[in-house]
Amino acid sequence: MLTVVCDLFRYNREFRIGALLTGFIVAFAALSFVSPYPPQDTFVVPPDVPPSLAYWFGTTSRGQDVFWQLTFAIRNTMLFGVSVAILSRLISIVIGMWSGYKGGFVDRVLMSINDTFIVIPLFPLLVLFYFVMRDKMSWPLLALAMACLGWSYDARLIRSVAMSLKSRDFTQQSVFSGMRTSEIVLQEHLPFVLPIVFYTTMNNMNWSIGLEVTLSVLGFTNIDTPTIGVMIYWANQHTAMVAGIWWWIFFPVLFVVILFIGLFLLAISMNEYIDPRSRLARMEGMRE
Amino acid sequence: MSAAGPPQGANSSPSGGSEAAPAASVGAHQPSAAVPSSAADVKPATERVLTVRDLRAYYRTKYFGVSREVRAVDGVSLHVDRNEIYGLAGESSCGKTTLVKTIVRAIRPPLGVVDGSVTFNFAGRDRDIYALTQNELESIRWRHLSYILQGSMNVLNPVRRVRQSFVDFAYRHIQQPMPEFLAQIESHLDRVRLAPTVLDAYPHELSGGMRQRVTIALATVCRPDFIIADEPTTALDVVVQKDVLTMLREIQREIRSSMILVTHDIGVHANVTDRLGIMYAGRLVEEGRTVDVIRNPRHPYTSHLVTSLPRIGDVTQKRGLEGTPPNLAAPPTGCRFHPRCPLAIAACCVEAPPLIDVVPGHRVACWVTAPLKEPVIAQ
Amino acid sequence: MSAALLDVDHVGITYTVGGLFSRRNLRAVDDVSLRLEAGSPEILAIIGESGSGKTTLARMILNLAAPTAGAIRFLGADVTRIRSNRERMAFMRQVQPIFQNPFEAFNPLKRIDRYLFVSARRFAGAHGRADIDARADKALHQVGLSLAEVKGRFPHELSGGQLQRIAIARALISAPSLIIADEPVSMVDASLRMSIVNLFKALRDELKVSIVYITHDLATAYYISDRVLIMQHGKAVESGEARAVLDHPQHPYSILLKNAVLSPDDAGKPMSPVGVS
Repeated sequence: MLTVVCDLFRYNREFRIGALLTGFIVAFAALSFVSPYPPQDTFVVPPDVPPSLAYWFGTTSRGQDVFWQLTFAIRNTMLFGVSVAILSRLISIVIGMWSGYKGGFVDRVLMSINDTFIVIPLFPLLVLFYFVMRDKMSWPLLALAMACLGWSYDARLIRSVAMSLKSRDFTQQSVFSGMRTSEIVLQEHLPFVLPIVFYTTMNNMNWSIGLEVTLSVLGFTNIDTPTIGVMIYWANQHTAMVAGIWWWIFFPVLFVVILFIGLFLLAISMNEYIDPRSRLARMEGMRE
Repeated sequence: MSAAGPPQGANSSPSGGSEAAPAASVGAHQPSAAVPSSAADVKPATERVLTVRDLRAYYRTKYFGVSREVRAVDGVSLHVDRNEIYGLAGESSCGKTTLVKTIVRAIRPPLGVVDGSVTFNFAGRDRDIYALTQNELESIRWRHLSYILQGSMNVLNPVRRVRQSFVDFAYRHIQQPMPEFLAQIESHLDRVRLAPTVLDAYPHELSGGMRQRVTIALATVCRPDFIIADEPTTALDVVVQKDVLTMLREIQREIRSSMILVTHDIGVHANVTDRLGIMYAGRLVEEGRTVDVIRNPRHPYTSHLVTSLPRIGDVTQKRGLEGTPPNLAAPPTGCRFHPRCPLAIAACCVEAPPLIDVVPGHRVACWVTAPLKEPVIAQ
Repeated sequence: MSAALLDVDHVGITYTVGGLFSRRNLRAVDDVSLRLEAGSPEILAIIGESGSGKTTLARMILNLAAPTAGAIRFLGADVTRIRSNRERMAFMRQVQPIFQNPFEAFNPLKRIDRYLFVSARRFAGAHGRADIDARADKALHQVGLSLAEVKGRFPHELSGGQLQRIAIARALISAPSLIIADEPVSMVDASLRMSIVNLFKALRDELKVSIVYITHDLATAYYISDRVLIMQHGKAVESGEARAVLDHPQHPYSILLKNAVLSPDDAGKPMSPVGVS
């Protein structure tokens, strides 16, 4: 496993760059555990100081150090993205594979539900959700809500893979070997589906982070916990751009862009490795 | 202009004094006729259309830290004369497809030519195909050298009518205005007994056999000097296969081009080809006139291939060969067949036997059945 | 009269193809009957080209598709009436398939001994590691391999011939009485082919298994089978004792097929004309 990662690092440029960028962000987020200031506190440092040796990224109008705020912000944003991605993957795998393997009536019902979820406009729904929840709104709740909305595209993708797998000879071989349906789906088919799932996970993370930033900038989330979007929200509240406090917006945006690019590059580079066909080609060397 | 005569006639050369004299004698049921076959010393070099000298083509990959060298073609020398069908037989992963792809220079990295040369003789000039520029290559492709691929039924563009495919492939070579060009296409189709309505069809509207015949018509419309057909009938039904092969042979005889026909099916070789080369693990192990190779196989692999085939009317017990085809990344030392050979002796795992003439025109590479008597090196 | 092992009784299957405005009925199989007796194992070859319906017929016998006309009975019981899990397992214990493409027949990402072990557990009632291994090994020995050679290997590490043998071994674990083999050697290298074909003969002679052998190759059918059934466009055109039918075919299509066979013995003779294009 380790040799594979090392090889990927050495030979695959996208993986190298993606891993470095993402690693950098993760390391940066880990710094939040050694932050001298608690994240919610305000006016702990002189406000509106431009980036300098004392305050590398400057300070905000609320008297917070942008550098340390950012460590919390990026950590929370990333955690949010990861949890949404994992939850929605679980839902899309279950629905996609069940629908693909069973076919018939089950497939029709599930796909009708799926298509309904695809056409639902997410953003107004989430805003509505906020207005309904108000004070009871919390990050886990928001993550759950987004996970329940973000599975539908990928469920269809997984379903088509499951359908094509069902028609292959080895599925019949498994049936005639006496395997139960659950065994076939989980043990025989899932390894083919996982690479696609990995790729969609990265995509999903990017999507959820983007949506979270959007909602937070508009103030539709819990604005006490620092995330990238919340930082930008507060910057807007204090009209930072007009007042010339550009560093308050610049650094969060920069870091979230780095995170996006890093995740994207990881996704496309890992895909080449995990793809069953290229993995097989590697396993058997070059059979002529 | 009219269609070739009945298929029986196609086997004997239409014109007298042609170089395909040995092919004509094949029809005379005398497999070991003393007629000199196309041996190097008898034929003048200009009759040769293709000369391959000690060709080596390897796949070299370094993938995620694992480097591999697969010796797909390992020292093959052969020649093909004008108006001759040369058959290449062998199993999967013996290198025959790689060999023909290398011959037409249709290879890309990680497959590369390591040694050897491939020389064609078109219009009286010798051309080393690996020394040509891209422009020269494009001008000889299709006009002098055409290639019927494996699975080529799918080579026709599915969203264009057949007529468009002809225009795409052949128009630049047949330098004539469009109406004359189309008339020429139709007369060509007529010659191969395809109705001109086929031009208006889309590929998916035609059956597999029809598509293959269209592909053959496409490959022969410019009357090339050399045609390579790689498993042209493998996916077709038995009846259609015979039809397609008959068409292929008729048209080859008519335009007097040379052909390499690659297939694993010995029955096809027996019926269609003039000379036959057997490949095993990237090397030629036997080569000669088809009728000689099949009636008197000298190499143990060939003789197993031929005798193990069941035939209608034959109830004798047949046997399979022990072992498995070798891994080309780590082939056996010496003669690559020795782990499975019933006649293997000590010398077989030490050094690979050279391909030598046992009878003029019939070459074999085996220490046991073709030991070196004098230093007669073919090619 | 004792129930036949397999009774295909005027079976047909019709597919409807086409969209809303143009529907056609496609008769993939049309009124085909055949019968295999229990207690006398034999090899029945079904010969046909692509589109003849032979693979569809095989799928119906394996209960992977339901006939729209006629009935298929295995040991007297209608195959399409199999509903419960227990009945299905009992059926699969007796009837096993061998597929055409040995490389597709196994999951390329999983080890190949898996299928043997699962079959041993579910069909042969083996419990515990040692018992399962022993059953798998026994089945592999019947096809000329051993568990030591196969254990822990992936499909791409083995040749087509070995894979097909392993597929046969897996099918034998449940001690079936009927094997349906769909072109089992067409994708196997020529040098390995005859050992697999001889293996089928041994299955009939020593293990007393009846085999429905589907092929397009008349020569192999001549070599191995006791009876043949020739199909064209879904219909059965000729059937009977193998040597008799193939030496002296009566139906025009059978004659056409036989003439189209290209045999190595033809070397040196001119190619005979084709009947119909």
